[in-house]
Order: sequence, then C-alpha cells, then structure tokens
Amino acid sequence: MARDRIRIGCGAGFSDDRIPPGVEIVERGELDYLAMECLAERTIARETLDRAKDPSKGYTPVLLERMEAIMPPALRRGVKIVTNMGAANPMGAARVLRQHAPGWGCPDYTCAVVRGDEVTDIMRAHPELPLMEDGAPLESLLPRMASANAYLGADIVAQGFATGAELVITGRVADPALFLGPMLHAFGWSYDDYPKLANGTLAGHLLECSGQLTGGCFADPGRKEVEDLAGLGYPLADVWADGRVEVSKTPGSGGRLDVATCTEQLLYEMHDPSAYITPDCVLDASGVTFRQLEKDRVALDGARGKPRTATYKVVVGYFDGYMGSGEMGFAGINALARAKLGIEVVKERLRRRGLTYEEMRVDLIGMNSLHGNDAGLCPEPYEVRLRIAARTPDKKAAEAVGAEVRSLHMQGPTGAGGGVNFGARQILAVKSVLIPRDWVKPEIVMERAQ
Amino acid sequence: MSLRVYDVGHARAGDKGNTSNISVTAYNDEGWQVLQRELTPERVLAHFRHLTPGPVRRYELPQLRALNFVIENALGGGVTRSLAIDPHGKSLSALMLTIDLPGHNEGRPAS
Repeated sequence: MARDRIRIGCGAGFSDDRIPPGVEIVERGELDYLAMECLAERTIARETLDRAKDPSKGYTPVLLERMEAIMPPALRRGVKIVTNMGAANPMGAARVLRQHAPGWGCPDYTCAVVRGDEVTDIMRAHPELPLMEDGAPLESLLPRMASANAYLGADIVAQGFATGAELVITGRVADPALFLGPMLHAFGWSYDDYPKLANGTLAGHLLECSGQLTGGCFADPGRKEVEDLAGLGYPLADVWADGRVEVSKTPGSGGRLDVATCTEQLLYEMHDPSAYITPDCVLDASGVTFRQLEKDRVALDGARGKPRTATYKVVVGYFDGYMGSGEMGFAGINALARAKLGIEVVKERLRRRGLTYEEMRVDLIGMNSLHGNDAGLCPEPYEVRLRIAARTPDKKAAEAVGAEVRSLHMQGPTGAGGGVNFGARQILAVKSVLIPRDWVKPEIVMERAQ
Repeated sequence: MSLRVYDVGHARAGDKGNTSNISVTAYNDEGWQVLQRELTPERVLAHFRHLTPGPVRRYELPQLRALNFVIENALGGGVTRSLAIDPHGKSLSALMLTIDLPGHNEGRPAS
C-alpha cells in the first residue's frame, strides 16, 4: 500500500498509564495507528508466574479495562492498534479480548498475535551464556529463573499488520519497534534502509513513554511551566514515506511539546547517544536536532542508522528472595530523636528474634530517603517518617520487618503515628544475555473467533 | 553568589539496571559554555559519591546544549532488587541540579 504519510499515536507508556489521554488521542488525533507500550523490564516475569497458575492468564492485568475504553473508538475510526499487553501470553490476551469485544460493540475485527519471544528453553540449553551485567555464567540463575524473553524487532510487528489485522498483540518487543513496525508495513521500507529505520526508531523512542514527551516529568513551578498539566495530552508522530518525522500531540490537549521536552526525552534511558542499540538498528542520535515548527509541533533531523547487531537481547527474570518494609511517622518537638530510637528498637527486636537479612536499609523520609543525604547535615524537619526495608530469602523474616515497624504505634517512642506495614513482596530481579538471532523464531499466528 | 546547575539547566533521570543516566540541558548558549566547562564527570561523581563509587561517563550533544551523564552502580543494586524508596532514581535529576559550579550569573535564563 502506497501511503505518503501516516500518523502514529502513543496510547500508553507503561502498564498502569492513564487511560483517558489514550481515548482522547484516538478520538481527536486523526490517527492511522495507535501503539501502547505496557511492559516494563520485569513485568513479564510476574505475568509468566500468573500463567503458570492459570494458563488462560499471563497478559497485562489492565488489558480489558484499557481495551474496553480504546478499542471501540479505534475500530470505529479505522485506527489500527499494536500493543505488548500480551506480555507472557499474547494468544491468551487475544482470546480474552475476543470474548469481551462483542459486548463493547466490536464484533468484527482481525487480530494477529506475535509469538516467539519466549526463550526459556534456549536459556536452559545454554547455561554457559555470560550475563551482560557481570560476565558470570547464566547457569547460576537457572534454578531461580522465572522468565526469559527476547526483545523482538519491528519486522515481526510489520508482518502482523501485513495480514490485514486491525490489532497486533505482542509479548516482548523492543519499545521503539512498536512504532517502527507500522511504518515498515505502511511504507514498505526495506529492513536494510538504515536511514529510515533510524528516523522511525528515534520517533518510537521519543513517543514510547507517552506523556514524558509532552510536558510530563518536566514542570518546575516558576521555572519550567507546563500549560494545563492536568490535561496532559499524549504524543503522536507524522511520518512520511521518505523518512521525515514530525512529532506533535493531541489537538486541544494540555501539556507542552517543544525542543526542551524533546531533548530531555531523547536522552531518557539512553547511554551512549551514538550507539542506541535496538533489534532493528543501532541508532546514532549524537547529531539529532529539533526544529520547532509551530506550537506543540517539532521536526526531527539528524538521526543516523548503523546496521543492527547479530544478536537479540534477552531479559531473564529470576527470584531473588523477599523484601519486607514498613513506615512510621513522628512530628513536633524531638521528632528526629524519637524516629531514631524507633529504628534502633525495630532492629533490636528483629535481632532478638534471631532474624537476619542480606541487606537492610533505613530511611528518614523528609531528610535522606531520595538523595541519600547525610542526615547529620540536613536541617531537622518538623516531621519525619522512618522507613525500614530489608531483603531476605525467608518470607517470614521479610514479613517481620513491617510488623515490627507498625508495632511502634503501641510499643515504641511516644507520639508514633501513621504506621504502615507493606508486608513481604517477592522480588523478581532481572539480568540480560545476548543470543544469536537465528536461535529465535518470531512468528505471526492469527487469532480467530471460536 | 555561587551558581548551581539548577540556575543554568534542566535535567531528567532514567534507569537501566544498576545504572542511572541523567541529562542536563542548558537554557542558553552561555549556560552551555558553563556546563561544558565546569560540569565535569569528576564533579558529578564527587556529588554522587555517597551513592556510588562510579564510574561516571559524560557524553556531549552541543547542538542540543545537552550533556548526558551515565552513572554506574547508582541504583542500590538495580531497579528490580533495590531496597530504595525510589529504585529507579527518578528523583536523582534534582540531585544533579543542586551541584554548585564556579561562576556567578552567566547562563541564567532571563526571567
């Protein structure tokens, strides 16, 4: 299909992202495609566990709520959707949508499912693979492995749309590839046309965190103002067949999109700007420039593309014990000293119970919890909140942390208020390995009405 | 009167594993010259030393008047297992802005 220009919007930048701006960009954005990125690095490990308990589960928990709001207006307006909300079970996601969509007024649509990102068997067969973080062999994690997924590229997303599907559901796909995929499909770009792949990847990188391009994560009152931050609109990209890209946002929405917001988001989670590695290309963003064309519209220039690497990156999720935590507040005269006494009491009670921890962290919220300041140098605040968190392989020991903190209400220093026990949370940590591309077999499977 | 990074630029923090990256963008050309000259990786590491032994790498994007700092081992063992209240280090952009620089008024945006 020969299109000269397509418009791709972002409808979500993380799994629990706000839904109303996603509906708004579908209703008012005059989009051709909507991409929704909902799969953080470790989220898929949790969904893999959900699937182990119930084979019909394992997709992003907010899938139905989000799609009930998004699908009806999108299908009505001819906006095609791609999302990684399939998580650990893309086919399961497609099936549950098919059950519910008729009730939302969407009886007829075609859905393509991307499979092949899950590589746990390959990990088990290759314990010798070195971990990217520390070079240690993968073997040490295998007994505790919860999930392993390769970051697939835009080529398989484009194949999904090539079936004629209105909806493409994926598991693990590189975030920018959710945006580059529709471009490859709509324009028929060669998968070796690196200048175009670079532009599309840059656009995807800028859009994938939704409101972070349009004034989110930016406002500093009196310094950097954002108009109607409450009504923040999500971003969209106009992409031309020759690879040109302009970014903008939902017409009439709040927020701000200019050279400053684009610059901050360009470097967000980027290390060496000359080598941003994706499955599709190595983006060289070191010469990128932004041109403000009009209010809330910016042209992107200067992206360069280098050939993609011979490997896929795999993120391995593994169990790493439990974290327990709790908080308690103190205010007024001598608040800090009472908080410090509370900390010592909790530590001593845990010690007398014979409980030990791999690591324990103590924070004084209001003084040092975010920047790790030396509390001795901070001015003493009127109120302070103690927080204790600890990691241990023993779930009961983890539960004891928050319980002892909350007990300070009755058995701690005077005037302890607002205690919370956050309980024990199972830790799913992640590490990465690289594997040769030909070990992975991405495929498209059509989900059909039963 | 000393100059803070806050006075000449704005910042955003991102995370990957146990590595924080923080960009600093100048408001104007004068501010860019100050940042490029004074906001060295050594100065940044000194300010983050209580959180990490480093290393810190700096990348320059002069056409955007932006610096990108990659600060390794800064996230308490990594986003997924850190005990920190802000495991992603999203708030560390504000720590970057508190760094004092030699200088006076150059590079402050007109207000």
